[in-house]
Amino acid sequence: MFDIPLPAVLAQVTIGLINGCFYAMLSMGLAIIFGLLNIINFTHGAQFMMAAFITWIGLNQLGPWLGFPELQLGFWASLVVAPLIVAAVGMGLERLLLRRLAHLDHLYGLLLTFGVALVTEGAFRHGFGVSGQGYDPPEMLQGPIDIGFMMLPRYRLFVVVASLAICLATIWLFERTRLGAYLRAGTENPRLLQAFGINVPVMITLAYGFGVGLAGLAGVLAAPIMQITPLMGGNLLNIIFAVVVIGGLGSISGAMVTGLGLGLIEGITKVVYPEASTVVVFVIMALALLLRPAGLFGRET
Amino acid sequence: MADAPFMLEVAGLNAWYAESHILHGVDFHVREGECVTLLGRNGVGRTTTLKAILGLTGRRTGSVKVRGHETIGLPPHRIARLGVGYCPEERGIYATLTAQENLTLLPKVGPGGFSAAEVFALFPNLRERGASLGGRLSGGEQQMLALGRILMTGAPLLLLDEITEGLAPVIVEALGQAIVALKARGFTMVLVEQNFHFARHLADRHYVIDHGQVVAEIARDEIAGREAEVNRLLGL
Ligand SMILES: Nc1ncnc2c1ncn2[C@@H]1O[C@H](COP(=O)(O)OP(=O)(O)OP(=O)(O)O)[C@@H](O)[C@H]1O
Ligand SMILES: [Mg+2]
Repeated sequence: MFDIPLPAVLAQVTIGLINGCFYAMLSMGLAIIFGLLNIINFTHGAQFMMAAFITWIGLNQLGPWLGFPELQLGFWASLVVAPLIVAAVGMGLERLLLRRLAHLDHLYGLLLTFGVALVTEGAFRHGFGVSGQGYDPPEMLQGPIDIGFMMLPRYRLFVVVASLAICLATIWLFERTRLGAYLRAGTENPRLLQAFGINVPVMITLAYGFGVGLAGLAGVLAAPIMQITPLMGGNLLNIIFAVVVIGGLGSISGAMVTGLGLGLIEGITKVVYPEASTVVVFVIMALALLLRPAGLFGRET
Repeated sequence: MADAPFMLEVAGLNAWYAESHILHGVDFHVREGECVTLLGRNGVGRTTTLKAILGLTGRRTGSVKVRGHETIGLPPHRIARLGVGYCPEERGIYATLTAQENLTLLPKVGPGGFSAAEVFALFPNLRERGASLGGRLSGGEQQMLALGRILMTGAPLLLLDEITEGLAPVIVEALGQAIVALKARGFTMVLVEQNFHFARHLADRHYVIDHGQVVAEIARDEIAGREAEVNRLLGL
């Protein structure tokens, strides 16, 4: 393994870092939703996929559909619009359906969100087929950039910087602001928080929208580097759940660290022992379950 | 005070936890600036009465008016906003928030709330604990924090559930002095108490609850004359 050329190692590490960024954003959203709604949001992958599709549709289909072929929603506009649409649809889902299950066992929320994910993926398959769509990065982010020790596609550097900024901003919001204190208190004892005058039902809807919006942001960022297919989110979600099991759902900064860490481990495994790269995350998950069932950052109860 | 307007009027209040019917028509009232207690043996429904006032039980019927506003159809957050501060029996300090965050967490529900400095003047023990997580505070500190944080909201009506429970005598003493100071400042208080000795000198009137109903009302100056009745009702 020591004769592997350095550029190959760096390339895999960068890919690992980029994957880790997606793991981090998605598992943070799951952790936020789990904290306030007590459900594991199986729709998360479908919501990620929807945002990627909205991005692609905005550029390629929207104009023709509306009868103005030259009308396009570019990448930057999508970066704002797509997460908002996905969050809005998610909040509708929470208000109409999830809320009714809030007093029941976790399992019902899981089944519902799983069902909604299947329906959503099925609808996109019906509408767009399973062959992947491509999406070019915006012009200013095309081409490579020299980051000192290697050349890197500009867009990939952008994804890393943007996702880290998004994750850190989310942590700051949770740990350092008044709204964050409400969200943490609502995770711990929502009933009492409501008795203090906070409209907790609305807060829960917004928290779901926020968690889903993070998945949406990740989906837009993913559009230029992943194949846009109806199954892109479901595939990713398998790994995300492993991340969540390893890190525990109790901490959003823990979700970020675990997500990034596992992305990197996956990348490094690809260099040193490629055969194991697709299973390494699950091996770590099994170990974590054996050694620390509540997750690395979870609270043992 | 006898003719001050009503701060809280509870009439025919029934409340349930799922299928269990706990309150069977509770009636009592509190005037502005008054301090009243809800006394009674274990499990008679005193905590449930406070929860039902805030809409925290299951179903509830009857009438609960806060400063003249009927609240029976309102959700808890709207009731709190009418100016109700609640200190639950289990204290309800958020373990994952710092003491400082716990103290400043609650939204303002009325004018003239305490500043943090005023809370620290009342409870000096809290002053040095701001950075500690709520879960790391001692029982006495948690109790003071639970009281201090509702003082900051400006709520004129305080519902305090067994604030002396399980605390050392010096802390109970400090809490008693705090109640006296708050009364002097014009707060209206409902104290749920087990510790009759603690309550008898603080409150203007006492209500005794049994089996989910008010069974006796005793003014402060009647206690001496009705000692035997009170002891029987409280099982002392
Ligand atoms: N969440 C609940 N679900 C079902 N029953 C409850 C619940 N909480 C309390 N009860 C029952 O309601 C009755 C009244 O309880 P409550 O807590 O109001 O008593 P209390 O007067 O405050 O006494 P104490 O605090 O000393 O236990 C008790 O019989 C109790 O078992
Ligand atoms: Mg009680």
